[in-house]
Amino acid sequence: MEKSLTPVIAGFIPLLDSAVLVAAAEMGFAEQEGIALKLVRETSWANIRDRIAVGHFDVAHMLAPMPIAASLNLTSLAVPMLAPMLLGLGGNAITVSTSLWEDMAAAGADTGGDPGSTGKALAAVIASRRAKSAPLLHFGVVHPFSGHAYELRYWIAAAGLDPDTDVEITVLAPQIMADALATGQLDGYCVGEPWNTAAVAAGTGRIVTYKQAIWPDSPEKVLGVTRKWAEANPLTLAALLRALSGAADWCASTENVEKLAGLLSSADMLGCPAEVCLPALEGSMRLGRNTMKQVPDFLTFSGGAKMAPMPAHGKWFHEQMVRWGQAERSEEASAAVAGIFSPDIYLSALGLENVPRDTPIRMFDGREF
Amino acid sequence: MIRGLSILVIDDNKIRASIIEQGLRDAGHDRVILVHQMDGLVRQIAEINPDVIVIDLENPNRDQLEHMFQVSRAVRRPIAMFVDKSDSHSIEAAVDAGVSAYVVDGLKRERVKPILDMAISRFRAFSKLNEELEEARSELADRKTIDRAKGILMKSKGLSEQEAYDLLRRSAMNQSRKIIEVARSLVIASGLLED
Repeated sequence: MEKSLTPVIAGFIPLLDSAVLVAAAEMGFAEQEGIALKLVRETSWANIRDRIAVGHFDVAHMLAPMPIAASLNLTSLAVPMLAPMLLGLGGNAITVSTSLWEDMAAAGADTGGDPGSTGKALAAVIASRRAKSAPLLHFGVVHPFSGHAYELRYWIAAAGLDPDTDVEITVLAPQIMADALATGQLDGYCVGEPWNTAAVAAGTGRIVTYKQAIWPDSPEKVLGVTRKWAEANPLTLAALLRALSGAADWCASTENVEKLAGLLSSADMLGCPAEVCLPALEGSMRLGRNTMKQVPDFLTFSGGAKMAPMPAHGKWFHEQMVRWGQAERSEEASAAVAGIFSPDIYLSALGLENVPRDTPIRMFDGREF
Repeated sequence: MIRGLSILVIDDNKIRASIIEQGLRDAGHDRVILVHQMDGLVRQIAEINPDVIVIDLENPNRDQLEHMFQVSRAVRRPIAMFVDKSDSHSIEAAVDAGVSAYVVDGLKRERVKPILDMAISRFRAFSKLNEELEEARSELADRKTIDRAKGILMKSKGLSEQEAYDLLRRSAMNQSRKIIEVARSLVIASGLLED
């Protein structure tokens, strides 16, 4: 008789980088590992946080800084969590309105998305706006504890600006961003795909830089689990990680791109046209109306060691929380963060050994972490 | 006398919002304000200056709202209802029911708990209402199918309506199936034969 499957319920937000979970559930990778993976679509990260805390979800698609924020008690309904696997690298971009882009281009912004050059141009635009007493530029991110918030702030700060006083940063749901840009509520935003491509396709936005250029091969979403669930279900978690690693390899294969875009575009997943999903999956980005750019690693899914979390990743996110006044520095917190982003559970589930663990993080402006 | 709390209910679903409003008013809260859309919400919240905010979990703007509470100086700092972890039962009940609440820091728990309990019970009642509506719809559909099956039997075998129904019931009993299943098979089969 066939062995019965262990059910695992996963919450996800309809974004391109839910691909690994979607492929694991839809392409048989979960079943192969004895898991019945049920995906539940959510409407906000707050819901993901609340529903994993009360046990509705066993695991969830999470912004990489969320398990840290929850474990350090920086948000409500905080419970100790782990990030045992990365679900994608890169995938975000910074988009500005076409009118802000015109000003930035006039100030010499690189058309290919170089973050140093576009940041400098932004600083010049802001200086001239200040001279004219023009209102502050308004930027959107999807969550205060997100890669988006930290990438946007890092890019702005690297240009010599203060993201807390030289611009205004607000939080908006990703699917609303492109409309907010079109109506002038926002001048720019940092968001995951396909919501940058959506604004470029609508002719209302221009991509000025992207995550892969700011911090190459950096984690964006992670698999989030409560420490309690991970400790109570070690075998199920290990099987799930193997399933997700297999699914990530499948997502990474170029021959599956069209099939993946089809899966993601369906009404119960992202519910958007496949052609809006494709550019980021293929690494063939339209930055502006007439500017195409090949960015092969724009958004990376890959199984194996590449999806292992590393303490250095957690440390970078925690550094940003401290830098922007969300968290305090302490030895206790640093130790907790290293534990949350430990690769051990993932590597042992996959039987991987001798994986280098201390690769330094190098940002676009040359700073190392 | 303690002044009544002002309660802001944010819910896209107007029917559910008014059900909650009614419940709160019945419980003696006369300062209840409903908001259905998020445009200009910061300004509205600053004007209303609510003590308690009740929001449905389907609302995609919860992240925006929570961020606003963190940074806005115009709004008195509401905090999530759920900071009090000792009350995990309430937390689960609220999330199960699909509702969340934020209260201004410093308010006594005893004053706020009945409001959340009310919201939870009204949310539950609403989803039960919806389920009943669904059931009623599918019952109606079932009845139509059985009527069609009866009609087919009456026409093809020259039976009265009662005889046709009895035949359906007997076949169902003999095959240990439900009447609706037999009726469905019959309607499908007769559709195939007609072509």
